[in-house]
Amino acid sequence: MMRRGTLHPPLRGETLYYLLAVLALVVLPHTPHLPPWLSILVFSLGAWRFIAARQQRRMPPAWLRILLTLVTLTVIFADYGTLLGRDSGTALLIAMLGLKLLEIRETRDIYVVVFLGYFLVIIHFLFSQSMFMAVYMLGMVAVLTAVLIDLNRRQSAAPLINLRLAGAMLARALPLMLVLFVLFPRISGPLWGLPNDAYSGMTGLSDEMSPGQISQLGQSDAIAFRANFEGAPPEAQQRYWRGPVFSQTDGESWRAAPRRGGALQTQVVNYQALGEPLRYAVMIEPHNKLWLFALDLPAEVPPFSDINDEFQLLSRQPVRERLRYEMRSYPDYKTGALSETERQRYLQLPIGGNPRARGLATEWRRRAASPAEIVQTALRLYRTENFIYTLSPPLIGDNFVDGFLFDTRKGFCEHYAGSFAFLMRAAGIPTRVVTGYQGGELNELGNYFIVRQRDAHAWAEVWLDGSGWQRVDPTAAVAPERVERGIDLSPQEEGMAVRFELQRNPLLNTLWRGMRHGWDAVNTRWNEWVLGFDAGRQSDLLSWLSLGGLTWQSVAIGLLTVIGVILCLLVLRLLNAERRGNDPVTRLYQRFCRKLARRGLARAAHEGPEDYARRVSRVRPELAHQVRTISALYIALRYGARGDHTCLPRLRREVRAFHP
Amino acid sequence: MTSPVPNPSPRHLDAEAASAAGRKAALERVIAAASAIILGKERELRLALACLIAKGHLLIEDVPGVGKTTLTHVLARALGLQFRRIQFTSDLLPADIAGATVYDRDQGGFTFHPGPIFAQLVLADEVNRATPKTQSALLEAMEEYQVTVEGHTYALPEPFFVVATQNPSHQVGTFALPESQLDRFLMRLELGYPDARAERALLQGQERRELINAMQPALDPAALIALQASVGQVRVSEALLDYVQAILQTSRQAPQYRDGLSPRAGLGLVRAAQAWAVLAGRAYVMPEDVQAVLPAVVRHRLQAAPEYSEQSSAELFQTLAAVPIP
Repeated sequence: MMRRGTLHPPLRGETLYYLLAVLALVVLPHTPHLPPWLSILVFSLGAWRFIAARQQRRMPPAWLRILLTLVTLTVIFADYGTLLGRDSGTALLIAMLGLKLLEIRETRDIYVVVFLGYFLVIIHFLFSQSMFMAVYMLGMVAVLTAVLIDLNRRQSAAPLINLRLAGAMLARALPLMLVLFVLFPRISGPLWGLPNDAYSGMTGLSDEMSPGQISQLGQSDAIAFRANFEGAPPEAQQRYWRGPVFSQTDGESWRAAPRRGGALQTQVVNYQALGEPLRYAVMIEPHNKLWLFALDLPAEVPPFSDINDEFQLLSRQPVRERLRYEMRSYPDYKTGALSETERQRYLQLPIGGNPRARGLATEWRRRAASPAEIVQTALRLYRTENFIYTLSPPLIGDNFVDGFLFDTRKGFCEHYAGSFAFLMRAAGIPTRVVTGYQGGELNELGNYFIVRQRDAHAWAEVWLDGSGWQRVDPTAAVAPERVERGIDLSPQEEGMAVRFELQRNPLLNTLWRGMRHGWDAVNTRWNEWVLGFDAGRQSDLLSWLSLGGLTWQSVAIGLLTVIGVILCLLVLRLLNAERRGNDPVTRLYQRFCRKLARRGLARAAHEGPEDYARRVSRVRPELAHQVRTISALYIALRYGARGDHTCLPRLRREVRAFHP
Repeated sequence: MTSPVPNPSPRHLDAEAASAAGRKAALERVIAAASAIILGKERELRLALACLIAKGHLLIEDVPGVGKTTLTHVLARALGLQFRRIQFTSDLLPADIAGATVYDRDQGGFTFHPGPIFAQLVLADEVNRATPKTQSALLEAMEEYQVTVEGHTYALPEPFFVVATQNPSHQVGTFALPESQLDRFLMRLELGYPDARAERALLQGQERRELINAMQPALDPAALIALQASVGQVRVSEALLDYVQAILQTSRQAPQYRDGLSPRAGLGLVRAAQAWAVLAGRAYVMPEDVQAVLPAVVRHRLQAAPEYSEQSSAELFQTLAAVPIP
C-alpha cells in the first residue's frame, strides 16, 4: 500500500527553511560540549529534512523514527552513563530536537520546535555566561521570534521584514527585561544552583603538589582572578598570591597536613605588621575549590571565609561563581613563635630515600653558622650550578630530589620549591611549600591586574628565629625573569628552557596587548555588573532606591502585582482595540478626525472621507491642502490598493504634523 | 510638501488609474451630449448611465411629461444603441412583446417574427398599465436575456437594457409592479420637475425630438461592453464591504422596514457603486460612491412597516443614509 507521507497540507517551504537555518545557529554554540557523533547526527538530520522538503520526498515511516530515537537514547546513555544532569540532559534535548525535525508536518510541530529552540538558548547559559554569548543568544531569540512571526503570516515575508518586527518586539520587551534583571529576587541556595556536573573541568591549583602539575597549568591562558589595588600596586617581586600551603611530603609530592578542629579562625592572629598595608579587591573566577588568594600577609578575612594557621584563606563553600572580596595585606611582617608540634610538622620528612640530598644538607648544617646562611647556601647552589627552568622537565624515577638536584637539573617551579623545602627540612629548618600565583598582568585600561593560570607558582617558606616565616623563592634564584615577566606560551621543544615574553616587536606587541586588555576590561565590567549582580548588590540597590529592608518575598510579590496589573491593562486594551478596529490606518484617521472635532468640525458618522474633506476645506480653506492630503492617503490606504508601503508612514507623518 | 495632490499609488496602479481616467473621459462625453438635451438633470443622467454600465435595468417613475421617454431616447442615441419603444397598455399581450411564430405561405413553414423586445435598448413605457401577465413576460426577458416562444429560445441582442417607466401607482387604471418584480430593476429614478432655469431654457429651446434625431453617438456598443466589463474590475476593499454590510444589516434590523434588503439588493448596491466609481474615473470604490447610488438602488425595494406607513419614502430612507461608515 502506498501511503502518502504528508496527508495534511504541508507547511510553507520558506518557513521550514528559516526554521532549519535558525536551529542550526542555535545548536552551533552547543557543539563544543556535545560528543562529536551527536553534532554530526543532528546536523545530518537537519540536512535530511531540508533535502526532503526541497525534493518533496516523504519523511521516514514511524517505525524508523522510533528505532532511531531508541538507538540515540541508548547511545547517549552509554556515552554519559545517565540521562540526567546538565551535559547528558542537553545532549538528550538536542538529539530529540533533531529527531523531531523528521516529523514536522503541521504548524503545531513548528511551534514545538521553536519553543525547544528557546529552551536551548536558555540552557546554553548553563555552560557559558560570557558577554559575547549573551549577545549571540539574544540574537537567537530574535530570529526564533521571527520564525514565529512568519508562521503567523498568511504569506511568508522576507526574513529581514520578520526580523525587523521581531527586533522591534524584543526592543519593546527590553525595559521589562531590565526591570526583571534588577528586581528579580536573587536567592542563593541549591534551588538556583547549577547541576553538579556543571563544575567539572575547571582548571586551577589542586590540593596536592607533585612534579608536573603546575607546569601543566603553566600553559593555560585561563584567568584565575583579577585584582584591583587602591593606590600604587606593589612591585612584581611582592605580588606573591598565597594559595594552598603544603607541609607534608613523601619526598616527591607535597600535600596539606591533616586539619584538626579549631584551626580555622575568622581573624588573623600571631603576626606583627611592619609598615603600611596594601588595600585591594580580588574578583576570583570559579574553580570549585575552597581557597581564596591574597598577597602575603593577609590581614583581613572576607565574610564568607576563614583563615587557617598557615595564613591561608578558605571559603566556606567551594567557589562556584565569581566572588569579589576586599583585602588588606601587609607586605612587611613578622610572625610569632612556633609550637613544638608545629616545629615537628614543618620538619617532617619521609623515612629513607634521597641519600645524596640528605647528605648535602647535613654537610651544610655542620658548616653554617646560622639557618639564614644555610638558606643562602642553598640558593647559591641553584644559581651557580647549571639548573634550567623548563615547562617540560624530564621524568625522574625514585629518589626524586636526588635525581633533580644532581642529575637532570631541569624543572619547573614545583621542582625547585619541593627540592628546596626538602633540603631545608633535612638541614633542620622548619619549611613549608606555598602554592599560588605570582605576578599578573596589569590592564592599563581597567587599572587592574589579571592573574592567569599560567601565573601559577610554588615557593617555600622557612621559619627563622626572630623574623618568623620568611618567603624564599628558589625559582627566582634560577630564573629571576620569571618573577618580573610572564611566561611566553609559544610552543617549546621538549626540555628547553622557558622563554620569557620579550619586547620583540614593540608596536605589534603593544597593539595586541591593547586589544586583549580592552576586551578584558569590557568583560570585567560585564562580569562585575551583570553576572556579579547578586543578592548583596541587589539589596544595596534597593536601599539606594530607599526600598531597603524589603525581603525578596515582598519584592517578588510587588513585581508580580505590577506585572499582573500591566498585563490586565494590556488585555483590556487589546479587547478594546478589537472592538474599535485595530487597523493603524483607521486609528490614524480617527486621530485626524478627533483633532478636527476639537475645533468644532466633527465628522458625522455617516460622512464619507471625501465629503468630510470637502466640508472642512470649505469652512477652513487654510487647512484645505493638509486635509485633502490626509484624506487622499487614507482613502488610498483603506479603499484603494494597499500595496504601497510608503503611504502609511506618510499618513502617520501628516497626521502627526496636523494642527488645526 | 511638494505635490499638491498626493499620488499614493505605486507604478502598476498608475496604469490602472490612467485607464480609469480614459473611461471617465468617454463617459463624460456621453453625459455632455445628453445634458445638452435633458436640461438640469445631470445627476439622474449619471445614475441612469451608471445603471446601464452596471448591466442593470432601470425603472423611471414619475408623473407623465417630465421627460422619462426623452431621457431614455437620448441615452440610446448617445450610446449608439438600437432603440425600441413598447407602449404598455391594458390589452397588450406577451406575444406583442416577444414576437410570434407565423405561417409563411411562400416558405411553406412557420417563421418567427421577433417582437419589439429584440433591441439593445427597450423602453417599456408605462409598464404598470399592462396586466401582470404581460409584465412578467417582460421581466423574464430582463432576467434571462432570452425569449422563449413556442418551445424555441431566442437570445436577445447584446448589450440589452430595459428602461421601464411607470406612473405613480395612485393613478387610475394601473397594475402596480409587485415588490418581487421591482427587485429586478437595479435602480429606480424619479425625475421630478426641472428647476426654473432649466425649464426656461427648455421652453425657449428647440424641439427636443429634432435635437435627438440630430444627435451623434458618443460611444459605440463595443466600447459600452468594454465599460461593462471594467465595472467588475473596480476594487472593493474589505472596509467598503463592511460598510455595505452595515447598511444591509440596518435595513433588516431597523423597525421602519417591513422586510430588509435582499442579498440581490446588496450585490446590486456594490455593482452600482462600482459603476459610479468608473464614472468618477476611480479604480476603487469609496463610501461616497455607495451613498451616491444608495437611494436609487434601495428605495424601490423597501416597504414601510405598518406602524411607519405614514412616513414618506424620504423619511424612511433617512435611517439607511445615516448608517455610520465603519
